[in-house]
Amino acid sequence: MTSEPVQTMTFDPARVREDFPILHQEVHGKPLVYLDNTASAQKPRQVIAALTSVYESTYANVHRGIHYLSEAATQKYEDARRKVARFINARSTREVVFVRNTTEAINLVAYAWGLANLQPGDEVLITEMEHHSNIVPWQLVCQRTGATLRWVPITQEGLLDMDALDQLLTERTRIFAFTAMSNVLGTINPVRELVERAHAVGALALVDGAQSVPHTVTDVQAWDCDFLAFSGHKMCGPSGIGILYGKRELLEAMPPFLGGGEMIREVRMTGSTWNELPHKFEAGTPAIAEAIALGAAVDYLSALGMENIAAHERELVHYAYERLQEVAGLRILGPGPDARGGLIAFTMESAHPHDIAAILDAEGIAIRAGHHCAQPVHDRYGIVASARASFYIYNDRSDVDALVQALHRVNAVFGF
Amino acid sequence: MYDLYAEEILDHYKFPRNKGKMDDPDLIYHDTNPFCGDEVTLMLKVEDGRVVDVKWDGRGCTISQAAASMLSEEIKGKTLEELRHWGKEEMLDLLGIPLGPVRIKCALLPLKALKAAAWGITTWPHEEDEE
Repeated sequence: MTSEPVQTMTFDPARVREDFPILHQEVHGKPLVYLDNTASAQKPRQVIAALTSVYESTYANVHRGIHYLSEAATQKYEDARRKVARFINARSTREVVFVRNTTEAINLVAYAWGLANLQPGDEVLITEMEHHSNIVPWQLVCQRTGATLRWVPITQEGLLDMDALDQLLTERTRIFAFTAMSNVLGTINPVRELVERAHAVGALALVDGAQSVPHTVTDVQAWDCDFLAFSGHKMCGPSGIGILYGKRELLEAMPPFLGGGEMIREVRMTGSTWNELPHKFEAGTPAIAEAIALGAAVDYLSALGMENIAAHERELVHYAYERLQEVAGLRILGPGPDARGGLIAFTMESAHPHDIAAILDAEGIAIRAGHHCAQPVHDRYGIVASARASFYIYNDRSDVDALVQALHRVNAVFGF
Repeated sequence: MYDLYAEEILDHYKFPRNKGKMDDPDLIYHDTNPFCGDEVTLMLKVEDGRVVDVKWDGRGCTISQAAASMLSEEIKGKTLEELRHWGKEEMLDLLGIPLGPVRIKCALLPLKALKAAAWGITTWPHEEDEE
């Protein structure tokens, strides 16, 4: 597809923040500082307006009715698909499947492709830094098919062990599924190189883009990945809508994942035939308004410019990395700021991550604490949990300053 | 909210009572709270239906570890019959701090371990309704 030039504006987080109504409130009497973007991002009024507008003016079921509203809704729903396709540089809208979220996208591949193609002796390769959503579906499908699950280890610094990868990628490997960016370590993986190595042994490559797509430029053709999974809610879109990108010939060859309405061509009592792509994988009434609002989120991010967003977060994470060194007993997980995206997970000698998060909450600061749905990576470093601050387009240095000040307060509460 | 980190809670967290291992416990149960990654193992010596010794081990947040420490002091010397009627309310009274729906799981983890160790009860009555 050809990409349309988008109008870019100067990137200014203070101006961006103006678009996010939820950020303009006090929490426990303090101005809200939202640093839990890796879990989910907030929504600009443009996205909220898109949701409202669907329900107020153009809502009906899609791909069904002949009437005006159904046609208008279908038009908008398919426009959103076009926007997403352009955003990730897919060749065709047929390669863009609307699902609920990253988890469902990976499950779709694991079940539809995996059950049809995996057998004993085959291997599925994942990494130790995966989110549970890119672990558990493969464990389930390996159990069902007799295939073996293998793990690429990570180095002490928090990077993929590329030497071990060479040993683990063999002609037995049928698919290599990995994250583009770790949701705990922040590590940005060399996607293009990993895809190339998978293809060199004849394996497919699935990229978990949940943490990368909202924050930087995505180009599925340059990556040459076979599948890409990501969620709308982490990129200013609504929850309940996500994307599976798949190469057309692979999606064509795969059996359906869920059966029902919309995904069929013909249903007879003797059997059924499948609808064309991407509808074959969109059984039942989809998340119509959410998909349309995701299109609005794509417009919003594109206008800011994904390169500008990436540069902004890089600058912010460098600043945060440096300032966090001031906090006594704080240990950062993962690589230095050059190799990471806009998040920092850490532990403190004085306090359990949960207590850190509770004290920060009292200061109006929202961070995540726990294992972040990535237990193996925590096991790798011998810890049960961590605290995590993560940045997005509306965060700036003042948020980092507030974070650092509150972390000093944590040490004070625990007499550290 | 700094009530959460009341002096007594912090004191139990920093200087846990009855923490350690026990040889040949009569009752033992290990439980975890997946939300925070808290872990508690409760070990009891019971003679004639009375808890004569308590040890616990674990790691986790202030609330779960302080709760284990406080619970261990509370149950030592009591009979299982007395403890049978000891529940959520009593545990929360013991902690004496207001807790939201999330942290309440940390607070009740040691009590859950006690219920499971002593009577094999692994679910709270009406647990789903309350969450």
